[in-house]
Amino acid sequence: MCDQCGCGLSAGIPVTVSGHVHPHPADHDHPHDDHGHDHDHPHHSHSREPGAQERRTLELRHAILEKNDRLAERNRGFFRARGILVLNVLSSPGSGKTTLIGETIRRLGPRLRTAVIVGDLATDNDARRLRDTGAPVVQINTGAVCHLEADMVARAFQQLDVAGPELLIIENVGNLVCPAGYDLGEDLRVVLLSVTEGEDKPLKYPPAFHSANAVIVSKLDLGRACDFNREAATANLRHMAPRAELFEVSAKAGTGMDGWCGWLLRRHEALKHRDPMAS
Amino acid sequence: MHEYSIMQSALNQALREALRAGAARVHEIRLRVGVLSGVAPDTLRFAFETLAPGTSAADAVLTIEEVPARFWCASCRREFVSPNLYAECPDCGGASGELRAGRELELSSMEVEHV
Repeated sequence: MCDQCGCGLSAGIPVTVSGHVHPHPADHDHPHDDHGHDHDHPHHSHSREPGAQERRTLELRHAILEKNDRLAERNRGFFRARGILVLNVLSSPGSGKTTLIGETIRRLGPRLRTAVIVGDLATDNDARRLRDTGAPVVQINTGAVCHLEADMVARAFQQLDVAGPELLIIENVGNLVCPAGYDLGEDLRVVLLSVTEGEDKPLKYPPAFHSANAVIVSKLDLGRACDFNREAATANLRHMAPRAELFEVSAKAGTGMDGWCGWLLRRHEALKHRDPMAS
Repeated sequence: MHEYSIMQSALNQALREALRAGAARVHEIRLRVGVLSGVAPDTLRFAFETLAPGTSAADAVLTIEEVPARFWCASCRREFVSPNLYAECPDCGGASGELRAGRELELSSMEVEHV
């Protein structure tokens, strides 16, 4: 039975007629066996004026970023099939992503073949810095685009001159807002918070921190100079990223790098032993 | 400012659906936007005003439903809505990791007109 007017028709494709939502077309037959034709029908009209415009509601439920999500899944399948651990590194500009990545490669290099894709609006400065480590690096210049997208990563990977990489580090565009919404097909999302940025950064940028698998408090060597309040930062991270692994690091001084690199090695090991049939 | 490209994608999807349905005009476009989607509804509205003219959605109303952050507390076995976006259960104080709603970025429905 139609729950709008009580007639015997079953609900079908919802249709809006003259502003009223109606679960079946308005011009259907309406039997009146048990009552006269003077029934009260205040909500809507069942007849349409000839030539009148018909309104319809289209139920869609489309994910707006569906195309990126689909390409990201394709990347994920591609990388997993090859046993590559993929990191998507996010932070504001100047939080120390490039320095951290460079130092990570220097330490892990002998054990994990590592490649880097780095995104910036302009210049290849970061790529040049990272090439000093000996790792293959591809720079993506996004122009005006404030984040990397899955298809950019797929194309950049094809340009990487590396045989059988085991770790792919993607350094996203320095921006703590937009990249959070774009899956690149990574295994782990790593978000940096440098001590110079303030302890309340996680509260100011919830989407990025909520999506993090690991949070790195960076530039620890500058903590004292910045009056960095470690307890406040940890409490704020607990609010916004309770499941994320937390690392406190100074890539420059080497503090905390063993813990971070050890974790990456364990994650890579876990990837190798994952059931290939599991998602 | 990725709201423009997001609004452009949503509008393109809506126009494609309108065409497929044989509609002459689009009256309303409804989006669902989670508070943790990283997208600002006001900027989407502004982008829509710039992008819609000249399309069959030129006079359409853009309605945005904001979806609050909803987490699952495994200890209390219940969901909670978090207005301040903290992932901690208001009852037991336990840290939840399971975000069940709040990341939506969805073209939910639209209202079209046939002549």
